[in-house]
Amino acid sequence: MVTELLIKLALTAFFILGLVLNFAGLLTWVERKQSAIMQDRVGANRAIFQIHGWWARPINFVIRKIAGLGLLHPLADALKMMAKEDFIPAQGQRLLHTLAPFVSVFFALVTFAAIPFGDTLNVGGRAINLQIAKMDIGLLYILAMASLGIYGVFLAGVSSGNNYAYLGGVRAAAQMLAYEIAMGVSLLGILIWYGTLELQQMVRLQGGTWFGWIPRWGVFVQPVGFIIFLTAAIAETKRVPFDLPEGESEIIGYFVEYSGMKFGMFFLTDFVETVLVACLATTLFFGGWQVPYLYADGWHLPWGAAARLPHLAVVGLQLASFTFKVAGFLWLQMLIRWTLPRFRFDQLVRLGWKGLFPVSLANIVVTAIVVVALK
Amino acid sequence: MSKDLGELFLHRIRDAKKRRELSWWEKIYLREVARGLWLTSWHFWRNLFLHIAHRVGLFRDIPASVTIQYPDQSRETSPRLRTRHRLTQREDGSPRCVACMLCETVCPARCIYITPKEHPDPNIEKMPASFDIDLGKCVYCGYCVEVCPEDAIRMDTQIHTIAAYSREEMLLHLPELLNPGSTTRQGNSPLPAP
Repeated sequence: MVTELLIKLALTAFFILGLVLNFAGLLTWVERKQSAIMQDRVGANRAIFQIHGWWARPINFVIRKIAGLGLLHPLADALKMMAKEDFIPAQGQRLLHTLAPFVSVFFALVTFAAIPFGDTLNVGGRAINLQIAKMDIGLLYILAMASLGIYGVFLAGVSSGNNYAYLGGVRAAAQMLAYEIAMGVSLLGILIWYGTLELQQMVRLQGGTWFGWIPRWGVFVQPVGFIIFLTAAIAETKRVPFDLPEGESEIIGYFVEYSGMKFGMFFLTDFVETVLVACLATTLFFGGWQVPYLYADGWHLPWGAAARLPHLAVVGLQLASFTFKVAGFLWLQMLIRWTLPRFRFDQLVRLGWKGLFPVSLANIVVTAIVVVALK
Repeated sequence: MSKDLGELFLHRIRDAKKRRELSWWEKIYLREVARGLWLTSWHFWRNLFLHIAHRVGLFRDIPASVTIQYPDQSRETSPRLRTRHRLTQREDGSPRCVACMLCETVCPARCIYITPKEHPDPNIEKMPASFDIDLGKCVYCGYCVEVCPEDAIRMDTQIHTIAAYSREEMLLHLPELLNPGSTTRQGNSPLPAP
């Protein structure tokens, strides 16, 4: 029992601290650098510190190299956030105002429990399922937790005692409502196809190939569902082009009255949700940890070649595959964030209710007919 | 003819006010999004490749970004650009200025302060005892250069960094004007060569 618990803790530490939060922290760097490179700029590269003393020369050399890439900026950001005054407006409600960022980041982080990041690991006579919590309702759990995240945002808007923040919270609620439904309905198609809500099971069903060379990934059976899901999920992260709840520089969002680390937590929530969307898109539509043509015993390539691989190498490749796919989706989301201009609010709501929602319904009908016909 | 032309322009104006009808492909937005993403990702991969290539010493002549990293690099400026003032010298090193006060008079910002004195050479009328320019007031209009009958003041030093920590330091005195960059003004040292 205790061993089980320790294993779960180790898994949590590996996945949440090692992968998710690292990705989320690095995303601040990626955001700066990728946008710069896309726009023919150089990007942030000025944050630097040096240690005095002759003995520190090799350390300083390494620091200079890292700083030249702009990698010390996340550190400077964190220091700044912690050093800033934590301000609660006089008109605000103290408890709710403090609670809101915690609610926001909590529901973003617990969502990762259901996401499988690897196949079963057999080590020391013990089979470890590389997933923090095996739930039969995994997908529903994720959707439910993602929807609860709105409470943090809305509480922040309401408890700030600021009309602009209030309006930002209301905009956030309207937007989340419009896109949450389209997102849920778009996932029904893939649910009908695989017939399970458990994400590990869903990923296992995406192993193997059609006609010997097309991987059985969800995106090939649900391309429309994938596009709707990605659009709605990006809208859920509240980033450009769907950043009307925030709109830091122009329209004033729900976190206008937040400063210091509490603002940092809202900021972190955005990045954690970005990682979540990447993880979900990978798990549901791009085969999760599956590597094309890699099976439990090794490679089986379409032209008949085969190579045996030890179990640990296979699991390592699957972990690398999951990380690589997630990183790819993070790159894509950053690309979208720095390419598309912001929607107008009526356009945004119209796209959610009149565009994505009907199309996702049609997608369900077509999927259901195809599934019944194939049986 | 003129009537037709007028009609044409009227049509043009009216058409310009109309919004172009979007085609079906543009309305569903997906193709346009894909085109935009294609453009930005092309820039991304090209610049990323060039940045990495520059690190290992390849393709150094193709810039990976348009940024001028200002304090380290400075931009090539046109010689015509009006930059910080200087006073030209005679062969013996004394100022060409004859303290005629034309520049002080024409200056719209009233940032030039001249105190004249007699020149030892009787052929030359006067010379400045002191010649101060307050950069905190100067608007860089170049009227002083324009009006000078002796070509004694020019704005061609190519020095743009005029920032200083106090109002007193913004005041340029005669030695600094005669030999720009010679006296150390805090925050006003000339840029190192890029």
